[in-house]
Amino acid sequence: MEQFLAMNGDQAIAYAWKQIDPDVVAAYPITPQTIIVEAFSDYVADGHVNTEYVCAESEHSALSLCIGASAAGARTATATASAGFAYMWEMLYIASSMRLPIVMAVANRALSGPINIHCDHDDSMGGRDSGWIQIYGENAQEAYDNTLMAFRIAEHMDVRLPAMTCLDGFITSHSLENMSLLQDDVVKRFVGEFKPVRPLLDVHNPTSYGPFDAPEFYFEHKYQQVKAMEEVIPVMREVQKEFAQISGRSYDLIEPYRVDDADYVVLAAGSTAGTLREVVDELRADGKKVGSVKLRLFRPFPAKEIAKVLEGRKGAAVMDRAISIGAGGPIFPEVRSALYDVARRPNIVDYVYGLGGRDVGVDDVKVVFNQLMKGESKTVNYLGVRM
Amino acid sequence: MAETDKKYDEYPIGGMITEKGSARRYRTGDWRSRRPEVDKEKCIDCLFCWVFCPDNSVMVEDEKMKGFRYSHCKGCGICATECPKKAITMKEEGA
Repeated sequence: MEQFLAMNGDQAIAYAWKQIDPDVVAAYPITPQTIIVEAFSDYVADGHVNTEYVCAESEHSALSLCIGASAAGARTATATASAGFAYMWEMLYIASSMRLPIVMAVANRALSGPINIHCDHDDSMGGRDSGWIQIYGENAQEAYDNTLMAFRIAEHMDVRLPAMTCLDGFITSHSLENMSLLQDDVVKRFVGEFKPVRPLLDVHNPTSYGPFDAPEFYFEHKYQQVKAMEEVIPVMREVQKEFAQISGRSYDLIEPYRVDDADYVVLAAGSTAGTLREVVDELRADGKKVGSVKLRLFRPFPAKEIAKVLEGRKGAAVMDRAISIGAGGPIFPEVRSALYDVARRPNIVDYVYGLGGRDVGVDDVKVVFNQLMKGESKTVNYLGVRM
Repeated sequence: MAETDKKYDEYPIGGMITEKGSARRYRTGDWRSRRPEVDKEKCIDCLFCWVFCPDNSVMVEDEKMKGFRYSHCKGCGICATECPKKAITMKEEGA
């Protein structure tokens, strides 16, 4: 029987970990990820899991511990946010290049400064080139579901790459929602047993991890990562299909909403996708032909899927809750580039929004749609900035 | 020496080395600009050089220091510095 509980996104992730019972978790608490490690350390202290749980002295150490544990043959998880994510920077690349399927929750938070603890995607978007899979969740339910699916995707033998499951700091991490949880045995069967590849602890097949990679080989190893990342798209589809069978909840790489005859479409990742659907419903009630797209997968980038949905529209706007100062938002250029090869390109613009936790509600999103429909948008717009 | 005749998918993933003892084939002795030489008249076989050598390049047989394994000695000179009898001297290669 399905269980319903009131949980926030962080608690939902800790609960997913409890059900998965990873061999090793190493983390350092940082707002707004803290509840994940607090709640999970309770599960450890109360004996609900067999996990070796390490409170590291920094995020650099936390991810280093995960790397060692994963190479040794352990199913491994961690969580971070903002400056903690930045402090992991070097190890992000080590984890992906060593092909270790570590799963990490990122409770998205502004990457100060000025000092700020609230939501935007500057932290994980900065790590887009690090070779990690990136999945963005809309709400606590997705935070939970994405965590379960991320282990399967990362650990798939065609993939073997680390995965981040991102959730909006405070908006999703700290807000109580009505959650539907799976039974422990269903989760256990779904994630299955961890199958290590050449684990360090296999003394009969000695393996060196992380040796110096000379110019004659480095590029081939990077290309191996490229090919593995390409495999994520079919693997994620397959895992989502299987997840739908056990949960009744269907997911896709991108999720279009009321786009069938839409002239104008707005795309966003994270919690704003829900606000978009609300606004689409209101504008549809006024007879406007509008739709929205939720971007769930950012790495690898589902360029073909996006081009298919946006081709032939009159206008499309990308909402970026992150900023590359001097260029605009990070999702926009990739969406625009995805549309370069299609025959009927829409007018396409960028809205940088919600930085440092600036609230973005229905009225703010209506501004985006209205400017888009009237052709009043600039190429890059800064939504709601007093200027 | 570098096996560059393979395609990307023929190498182990992640740069792993799945063959044991392969460092033996990587002759770091090529890096050397100075070579250690031992004067066995002064040597007391204390084996400090063997203990301190970071590259396992001091040859020992029956607890006696028998010279250097030049295939892997990088010429760092730690053995010469640590030798209590100053029995090891560093000579310029090619001099």
